[in-house]
Formats: sequence, structure tokens, C-alpha cells
Amino acid sequence: MDAITILHAGVASGTVLLFATLGEILAERSGVLNLGLEGMMLIGAMSAFSTALATGNPWLGVLVAMLVAGVLSQVHGVIAIQFQADQVVSGLALTFLGTGLSLVFGEGLSRAGAVSLLPTYSLPGLSAIPLLGPILFEDQSIMVYLGYLLVPAMWYFIYRTRPGLHLRAVGEFPAAADALGIQVARLRYLYVFIGGMFAGLSGATISLAVSPGWFSQLTTSGQGWIAIGLVIFAQWDPIRAAAGSYAFGALRRMILDIQGPTTLLGLRNPFFYNPYWGFFLQMLPYAFTIIVLVIGSREAFRKRLGAPAALGLPYIRGERGL
Amino acid sequence: MTSAASEPRRFRSPWQLRLEARLEQPAWLNLAVSLGAVAVALVIGGIILAVVGGDPLRAYGFMLRASFGNPGVLSDTLTKATPLILVSLAAVVAFRMRLWNIGAEGQFFMGAFGASAVVLTPLLPEGTSAWITLPAMALAGIAAGAVWGFIPGWLKARFGVNEIISTLMMNYIAVSWNNFFIFAVWSEGGFQMSPQFPREAWLPRLTDLGASVPAFRGLTTHLGLAFGVVAAGLVAWILYRSRWGYEIRLLGDNPRAGRYAGISITRNTILVLMLSGGLAGLAGMSEISGVVHRLQGAISPGYGFTGIIIAWLAKLNPLIVVPVSVIFGALILAGREIQPSGLPMLIQGIILVCLIASDFLLRYRPRLVRRAVEA
Amino acid sequence: MDQPPLAVAMHGISKRFPGVIANDQVDFELRHGEIHALLGENGAGKSTLMNILTGLYRPDQGSLTVNGKLVEFRSPRDAIQHGIGMVHQHFMLVPTQTVTENILLGLAEPRFHLDLSRYHTIIAELGERFGLQVDPRARIWQLSVGEQQRVEILKMLYRGAQVLILDEPTAVLAPTEIDDLFDTLRSMVAGGKSIVFISHKLDEVGAVADRITVLRKGKATAAGLAADSVDKAELARLMVGREVLFRLDKAPAKPGEVVLRVQGVEAQNDKGLPALRGVDLQVRAGEIVGLAGVAGNGQAELAEAISGQRPISAGQVEMFGEALVTPGRSRLRPSQRIRRLIEAGVSHVPEDRTHVGTAPNLSLTDNVIMKEYRLAPIARGLSIDPRAADDHARDLRQSFDIMAPSIKTPARMLSGGNLQRLILAREISGKPALMVAVQPTRGLDVGAIESVQHLLLEQRDRGAGVLLISEELEELISLSDRLYVIHGGRIMGELTEPDPDPERIGLMMTGTPQSELPPADEP
Repeated sequence: MDAITILHAGVASGTVLLFATLGEILAERSGVLNLGLEGMMLIGAMSAFSTALATGNPWLGVLVAMLVAGVLSQVHGVIAIQFQADQVVSGLALTFLGTGLSLVFGEGLSRAGAVSLLPTYSLPGLSAIPLLGPILFEDQSIMVYLGYLLVPAMWYFIYRTRPGLHLRAVGEFPAAADALGIQVARLRYLYVFIGGMFAGLSGATISLAVSPGWFSQLTTSGQGWIAIGLVIFAQWDPIRAAAGSYAFGALRRMILDIQGPTTLLGLRNPFFYNPYWGFFLQMLPYAFTIIVLVIGSREAFRKRLGAPAALGLPYIRGERGL
Repeated sequence: MTSAASEPRRFRSPWQLRLEARLEQPAWLNLAVSLGAVAVALVIGGIILAVVGGDPLRAYGFMLRASFGNPGVLSDTLTKATPLILVSLAAVVAFRMRLWNIGAEGQFFMGAFGASAVVLTPLLPEGTSAWITLPAMALAGIAAGAVWGFIPGWLKARFGVNEIISTLMMNYIAVSWNNFFIFAVWSEGGFQMSPQFPREAWLPRLTDLGASVPAFRGLTTHLGLAFGVVAAGLVAWILYRSRWGYEIRLLGDNPRAGRYAGISITRNTILVLMLSGGLAGLAGMSEISGVVHRLQGAISPGYGFTGIIIAWLAKLNPLIVVPVSVIFGALILAGREIQPSGLPMLIQGIILVCLIASDFLLRYRPRLVRRAVEA
Repeated sequence: MDQPPLAVAMHGISKRFPGVIANDQVDFELRHGEIHALLGENGAGKSTLMNILTGLYRPDQGSLTVNGKLVEFRSPRDAIQHGIGMVHQHFMLVPTQTVTENILLGLAEPRFHLDLSRYHTIIAELGERFGLQVDPRARIWQLSVGEQQRVEILKMLYRGAQVLILDEPTAVLAPTEIDDLFDTLRSMVAGGKSIVFISHKLDEVGAVADRITVLRKGKATAAGLAADSVDKAELARLMVGREVLFRLDKAPAKPGEVVLRVQGVEAQNDKGLPALRGVDLQVRAGEIVGLAGVAGNGQAELAEAISGQRPISAGQVEMFGEALVTPGRSRLRPSQRIRRLIEAGVSHVPEDRTHVGTAPNLSLTDNVIMKEYRLAPIARGLSIDPRAADDHARDLRQSFDIMAPSIKTPARMLSGGNLQRLILAREISGKPALMVAVQPTRGLDVGAIESVQHLLLEQRDRGAGVLLISEELEELISLSDRLYVIHGGRIMGELTEPDPDPERIGLMMTGTPQSELPPADEP
């Protein structure tokens, strides 16, 4: 069990969470709660894998994954925005839909054989940096590097650009945005779509890079839900999202590795001698998500910040206030 | 005042489609719209099935026969419906207060654990009669489920933690918890399951009466069904007749008004999630004791999630939950033998989507209006 | 003589919503460089008409011209492009964003990158030019109400608005701030702008407007009247359609024992800032005590403290001499505290009818039993007796004239006036010892206002104590037997004379304690 290995793997698997979390941040900032992430990630993973299998081109797989997940999330978009139905239940329905579709269309994929994966790279100069170099820049999938670029780009977009200003306004006070001529509904559809695309990207990252293959529902095993929790922990900020995602990635790797060695910190390693204790280790990511939520909620309360004020509420022109 | 939900297009036809808010909702409309939604969902499901190479009509016909065709399969359908009734009631209770308990699956697992613990620890001496064992198991199942509901309830009341995510996380934790006991503590001969329960821990089934009533031979329906029906009546009484139920409904509709009336949101959050968890826990006990007769990993094909859909389809009415659960029991039973295996879940998802979308028709009425001539 | 084109002309405007005709063949003309008041009571159609002018709604019939050109607005953006801007009564400002961000919202410039510091400077200069100073870097939630209004006006000016529509702008201002606003409006008009001033307050309209248009029930009863050609009484008649009695017929008060005593109460508001800084007042049985003050000076928090919904940090609230609300972490949970007060006879008619006072999707019956469901005959052990509840609901529906198709109708279907009747029916049926009524007549039509006021008087005559918290000074003066004035979370003074001077009240409302007022003039 070696810190560098764990952090290295952490960054890789954290990238999966990162994409999903960033996408959901965009959707929620526009005011729409999309709980269907787990389903979107699954269908992304499945479409990426099967497309890459069929065409031999993993990039095509990524593209298809993003499109499929984006289009599917529009179902939720229409229900939430046009029909103004309850967004919680609609998101759950989307999860069922995405999961069901990926299981139906993914039938037999797990036996299909190997597929060409997305390339991994080492960046020559940067990987020589002590400590951080081998973790961040050596032998990482191209998706990981994409993640590094996306985080500051999204921060800049949200806080320092005009479209970002509009995005924030639409999620905080849609009536004000509407009165100033901003197309609230159109923007919300757009960001739900983009959020879905990111979820698809996340799924493709699983099946074509980080944990290659298709394992039905075990492909994601709840990471979509963890991502939703991370959004709250991140306080809807991309930088905090990155911190949380990578930390979780490292946690997942650590759980696997901790069962390996016979000694742990000089003492007898209980996880080696009692392999069934591994089940308790498996609980950790989920328990940590809850802890992370507690921290996030208390902080929001303390700083009087918190969710975009109009999150989850349909916007109807002509009603007073929100 | 509401405004038109759609604006006229560029092409100026003399007619215009306006969506007007309905001022009242006739009861028949509710039923018609729900049935219509299910019908549309079945059609869509059929189309998708056709796309992957199946034959929808044959598949649906097969599913109907496989669930209602003869007393044997009908009994199996009721057996599948039994845990569904209870988990759906769990969802109904929680959703009435707008507490999104997505953790019925985990609470189900914990209920199974609690009931198994009574038998496997063992808590009661061997040979204790069923009259003591079964109620003890039921209580343990309810208690374990209630604890599993208490935790997210307390987290929400105390810290404001979003219960959707916390109950979901508890699902995964419950599965790992059970796995530990199945693999490490109660494992039978290295297999991934516990030893079979003694006869006193089996809920009586119709087939047990097969000696005196030949027609009942082989029928798997068990006492758990009675639990479900009684629970449905109890939940209905609580929601519609009791003072607590009034508080739950008020808090669910407008928490601020509830507070204004002196009702405690925090206390009720915890109590309602405990009740919800307890019902799901009882479902777990019923499945373990009535069907599986041992603790193992695979005890639920996603009952907890199906329960949410049933609750929504039943419009959160505990009595309507019973017949709807039977229908979904049929869907799950027949769906087991259908290829592809993801089809039942997909159909459930489509039904939920259609239901939610159809709610829109209940609130707005499309009207064709003659466009006014501008002065 | 060739007249310059009108800034805005609306002809034959009609607009209907399900169940109501908001505008019925209305004509409205705005000349360049004038302040034109649009007068009418709540629900007369003023806001709808102006929402059509600003592109939020499309008229079913009628035409709109701006500077002589026929126009059709598809959205608020079109209206803004034609130089028409609206300052809404409920501000449309994003609380978590800065002044500059709010002003820049929705504009095409800057194209992509937001150079905030440059725009901070530009906005500051704009504020200087029009006398509307405000700190561009401040976040909206940090600003006072008057400052927020300035931001709203700047928002429109920044977009080059030549026509400004102000919707009830004085509702949230103190009297001195109102004077400042009027000065600003006059200087804007001198600078070439044209202003529409929506109001239902006759006095203000007379003070600032050049011309007046009156709307009643969707129709224009008078259009473009010169302000100095009509008097208040006639305007009132045009607004309401009949002689409006400005004085209520009320018997002299017979105050009894002290029902409510508030001593030295301190409390914080939702933002954690002090809202009540030591409030002392009392209400006796058989009297109506008014509390006057500009919105946001602690009235809402006081009502919540008295009804138990807000914890207090110092002082106490006594009912019949018994301290029921005490500071700090008492043994009681909030819900228990609230219930204790309900049981002690405190009833609360909240400011927010739909979000606090009623449950929108529950039936009339369910809403009516909200305070009494724990008591017999409605409660029966652990359950609720449905017949008793229904009978009670039917009784109240009849005696309080609540217009609803049946007792099973969900509360959200009720109009504002009927919703208020429902709430009053519920609160009154418990025969409370103290009624705390917060803005009870807000948003109601004249008929409903009269019935609410009569109900309050009835309670007072029955022997209850009534604490009336309102922003309508006239209503307070005519209904109250005694009047307190609150400012900045403290009581500025108490007036016991039958005809208190509104000017003295106004001075107290803006922070002058009673002890520092000049001695009352003899007529």
C-alpha cells in the first residue's frame, strides 16, 4: 500500500466522479435538479463500450456516449421545464430509464471481448516534478488531463463570463432574468443537456479508460449518487468539486489496497487476516458521502450560502417572486 | 393569475393552442390519465422490445399468462406482490410528508437481517414455537428497518442532510452489512448463504394446508400477504383519520404552515422515516421468512425501487397500493423469464416517466382558441 | 399645431386570464416629460396593463405605439430595446450577486469576458449622474430597501430607458425616502425622461403626478386627468365607484385587563442581525392596538416572537401575566412553545396567506381545523372525527361568507379575499384572547377590506385584544384605539389621542423618538 499509487489511482477514478459532478453543477446552477446521473452514467458507459466494440474507435464511443446521455436527459428536461412536474421523481424515473435501457441494450456485452481503450500519456517535463509529478502527469488517461483543464475552465466560465452570469441568475432568480430578456427555459434545457453530456462522458471514462469493460449495474455501483452528494459538498463550485472527487477516488483505491499487505503501520493488518472485514471497507465511500453531506449542509447554513435559490422549482412567468 | 404557457408561433393560423390552468379536477380524469399513461408506457416498451429483436405482443401475452394464467402462477404473483405492498406503503408514508425515502431497499435488507438474527444468533432457544418465533422475527425486522430509517431522519432533522442521498447511501451500506454476516458469521459450509431456518421460523403458506385442502397444494402465498393488507388498512387509517396523519399531510403540503400550527417538523421527520423504514423492514422479514427461509445476498430484485413507482402510480393512496402491487408483482414474476433481463426495469422507468408527464394534463387543459383580431 | 408624438400610446387594450378579465378596452397615453400616475385599487388591472407595456404579457386585443410607431413586444427584451423599463414593486434583483452584476444581467455587452472592475467604475459614475448613489461592489442582500430600489432604477437607466414605469415604489420607503424619490423623479423628468407611477395611494399621487389615469375592475374610469383638476374624494370615487367612507363607525373602546405584555424583547432576524432591540408594549382586552412602521423595522419579527415562531434573546412575552416566551434555550422545543401560545389564546393572522397561513392543496376543512384539531369535538382520542370537522367547516363557510364550491375545495383555488376570510374564520372561531393581525388587508379589494376591518372590530367588541400591524396608516388610524410606532426594532412612541397627527407618526416612523418631537400644535 503505497501513497503514490493510491493517489495516482485516486486521480484516475476521481475523474469519473469529477465529470459527473461538474455536469450536475451546471444543471443545478441553472435551477434544475437532475437525479438521474446514475442512469446517465450507465447508459454512457454502455454506449461508449458498445460503440467502441463495433467501430474499433474509442473516441467515437465517447462521442456517442455524450450524445445519448444528453438526449436522454432531455426527457427529464421536458418533464421538469415544460411540464413543470416534480423534479425529484422525474430524476428518479430517469435513473430507472437509463439503467433499464443500458441493461436491455447492453445484453451480452460483458461477454463480448476486449475493446480498444482511450490512450494514456505521460507528460515529459511535468512528470518529473517531485511528488506531484508521478501522481498527476505520469501514465494517466487522456481523460484525466481533460479533467485538469475542465476545472479551471469551468470556474472561469461560471464566475467571469457573461453566459456564466446568466446561468447563475437563472438558477437564483429566474423572474429577474426573464424580466431582462434572458430565455430562462431555453438556458435550462441547454444546461440539462450539457449536464447529461458530462454524465455520459463520465460513463465513457469508466468503460473505456478507468475500469474498462461492461459489468451491468456494477459498472457504476452508485457513483452517480455519490456525485450528487459531492455537488452539495462542493457548494456548487468546480474547484471544491475537484478536491472532493479526487479525494473520493483515492478512498476507493485505498479500500482495495488496504487488504493486501500483512502489516499495516507496523502492526498486524487486520484486513489481511480477516478478509471479510473488507465488507466494512466497502461501506466507506457511502458513509463518507453522508459525512461530506453533513459538512456541506452545516457550512451552507453557517455561511448563509447554499443551493441556487430556484433549484428544483419550476419557473412560471407571471407568478410573483420566484 | 396565470399566463399562457405557450406563445403563438410565427405562422399565424386563425386558431391558437392555449394551455389553461384547470380550475377543478374531476375524479374520473385522474383515473383515465393514469391508465392512459400506463398504456402509453406499454406501447413504448413494446417498441423498444421490437427494436432489440423481440416480439412485443408475444412477450406481453406470455407475461400475462405467466402471472395470471392458472392458480399456481396467480399464487406466485401474490407472493411477489407481498413485499411490494409493504415497501410501497413505506414510500407512501414518507412521500406524503415530502420525505424522499429512496432507502426502502436498504431498510428491506436490514429487516431481513433483524429477522434472521433472531433465528441465527440464536436469540430464542431451539424449538421455540412459531407463535413466539414469528412475532419476534417480525418485531426484529420492523425494529431494524426503523433504525435504518431513523439514521437518515435524524441526519435531516439535525443537520439538514438531503434524505435522498443519505437513504440511498444507506442502501449500499445495508448490502455490505448483510454480506458480512452472510459470508463470515452465519455462512453454511463455506456457501454464500446462511443455514436454512427451522420450521418454526417459516411463515405459514397456503401449501402447508395442502393436506386438508388439496387445492392449496403447491401454492406459495404466505401470511406476509396478510401483513401487507393489514398494514395498508393501518396506514390508511393513520393518514386519513388520525391526528398524526393530519400533521403528516399538513407538513407535506406546507411545512411553514405546519410550524405555524405548532407541529414539530424535526420530530415528525424522524418518526415518519422510522415508520417508513419499519414497514420496509417488515417486508424484508416477510420475504425471508415466507419465501427464502434463509439469509442470502439475493433477496430482492429491486423491490424498494419498484415500491416508489407503485406509490406514485397509486397517487400515494395506501389502499390503491394493494391492487397496483399485484400488477407489478405480475410484471416482476413474468419478467424474470423474459429476455432481455433489463426489460422489467425499463418498463417501470417508462411507466414512471409517462405518469409524471401525464400529471401535466391534470393541471392544465389544452384549448383551441380563436385568435382575436388586433385592432 | 403639430403635437409631438406621445411617448407611449395604448389603445383598446384587453387581456383576460382564466376566470378574470384583467384589462377591458383600456386606453392610456403618456406624454413626453410628464409624470403620469396610474391609480387603482388592488386587482384593478394596473400591473397587468404595465406588464403588457413592458413586454411580459401580450394583449388579447388592442395596439401599442411608442413615439408614434406601432410596435409589438414579444418579450421584455423588445420593450427594453424601445426604451421602456419597469421598476417592479417586488424587486427583481439576484440577492447573491453584486450591484454591477445585476445591472449587467441580460445585456449583450460585454460579449464574453466580465471585466468587473471596469464596470464597477462605470456604474458608480452613472449613479453619481442621477443622484442614485450605491456601492457597485456590494451584494444585493447587504443593501437597504431604498438602496435596492436605486439599483433597480439604475438598471433601467443603464439600458437607456426613456420611459420608466414604477410599480408602487413607495410601499417600502419611509416618508423622508419618499420625498427623496419624488425629487429624483422630478429631476429625471427635467432631464427628458417620462415616468409612469403606479399607485393606490391617493395622497402621493396628488403630490407628484402631472396627470392621472384611474382603473377600476379592468376598465379606465378616467384617463389623463390633470392632477390639479380633481380632489381626493373624486379620485376615490373613480377608483371605487361609490362614496368611500374614510372613517369607520366604531363604538368607544372599553379596555379591560392586560392580555399581552411584551417586555424588553430582543430578537434577531433570519440573517442573524438584530431586529428587535428592546420592545415594550401591551395590549388590553377590548381594544385594538395598532403598530405603525415602515416595512422591515421589526414588525414581522415581533409578530413571530409573540406567536412563538421566533426565539427571543432577551426580555419576555407575557399572556395574562404569565411569561410564556422567555429567552435562551428553554426546555421547550419551538413547536411546543408555539402550541403553548395557541393554547393560551394567541391567534395569529400571518402576513403571508399562501405560504404560511394555509396549506394550498388541502381542503377547506383541513385548513380550518389547523389550530383546533387537537381539541374535542374535532379530536376524538388519537383520531379526528370527520363529521365534526366537516360540520365545523360548513358553519364557518356560511358565517364568514367564504366563497368556495365546497368544503373539499383545495385552498389554492380560493381568491385572496376568500383565503383571508378562511384564515380569519379559523382564528376567530377559537375565541382567542389576543389576535395578532399582520397586514390583514393587503392585496384585497375594497369589499373584502371592509369585511376584514369589521371582523377585527367585532373581536375587539367581544373583549379580545387585537394587535394590528399594518403599513396602511389610514387603516391604522381609523381602527386603532391606541397606536405604537416602531423603528429600528424599538418603540418610538405611543399615541393615545383619538385623531393622531400623521406627520408626528411619520417622524416617529423615521426614527425620531416621541420624547424628541416638537410639542403638538394647537389647531
